Amino acid sequence: MGVDNPLGDNIITTSLDALVNWSRKSSIWPMTFGLACCAIEMMATGAAHNDLDRFGIIFRASPRQSDCIIIAGTVTKKMLPVIKTVYEQMPEPKWVIAMGACACSGGIFDTYSVVQGIDEALPVDVYIPGCPPRPEALLYGIMKLQDKIMNDRNSFGSAIGLGNRIESAAA
Amino acid sequence: MAENNRAVLKLNEKFASSIIEVAEFRGEVTVTVKKEDILAVLSFLKQSLQYNLLTDVTAVDYLGKKAERFMMVYQLYSIPNKDRLRVKAAVSEGDCRIESATQVWATANWLEREVYDLFGITFDHHPDLRRILMTPEWEGYPLRKDYPLQGPDREPYKGRLS
Repeated sequence: MGVDNPLGDNIITTSLDALVNWSRKSSIWPMTFGLACCAIEMMATGAAHNDLDRFGIIFRASPRQSDCIIIAGTVTKKMLPVIKTVYEQMPEPKWVIAMGACACSGGIFDTYSVVQGIDEALPVDVYIPGCPPRPEALLYGIMKLQDKIMNDRNSFGSAIGLGNRIESAAA
Repeated sequence: MAENNRAVLKLNEKFASSIIEVAEFRGEVTVTVKKEDILAVLSFLKQSLQYNLLTDVTAVDYLGKKAERFMMVYQLYSIPNKDRLRVKAAVSEGDCRIESATQVWATANWLEREVYDLFGITFDHHPDLRRILMTPEWEGYPLRKDYPLQGPDREPYKGRLS
């Protein structure tokens, strides 16, 4: 970093952005919101074998306490307003993961009642293909989201009201 | 075979002029009746012949295949007698309405709302006739054969390009 360590090995120097990004990426709290079979895989990812808790990922039952929503399944046009409401209730900063073929593109449900991809309504950060994606795929998608969060700039400044957070695409 | 069915025997006695067709296929008896008499037939089946369970109410769209476009289908079951009966009634597109079976079985309420929602058949004297599956402001009736599968606002699927 080009900074001497006058205080020894107990102190590390870093930027405030990196600190904020690191804490955000290490405590992604997703909204508990399952829509179809992908939700079963999402639950499997959260359960003992894959154990999302080790990433600091704890599913929250309230959008007010969540900063990520995993769209896990088929989004019908009747469900879309509900998802929009839940998304709008989440505090900033917030991220969206489209999990599975249905959430990404409508999947096999190319019909009048199904939204052809949740990106028609929400800003999606990570798309995870699969029908349904295996837990490993969801884990990889979440790690991609962590990379993306880590690449945010001005995250500390925006938190204290100075300008906007600058997002970049996932690495 | 179908002529010996207990319900068909009684219906032939009482509603001879209402019955259009009696058919049996693999032990399933189907009675087609006139639309005007559907309520009388159904209440007779429930009150006198103990068809006390209405399993399902649905409809078929015979677009371009029959003169009267829709066919209402009532699936009945008698718990005491352990037998089933299917009652049908044709509904034309021009006069797309039929008497509601809620007056006989309360469970017809939601089943008829589903038929109304997806086929657009109106049920007279229904207590709460509004859409049940689609959103309230939805236009069109999706299970009709002339409804585009991918919705009216999209270019229809024309098969694989490759």
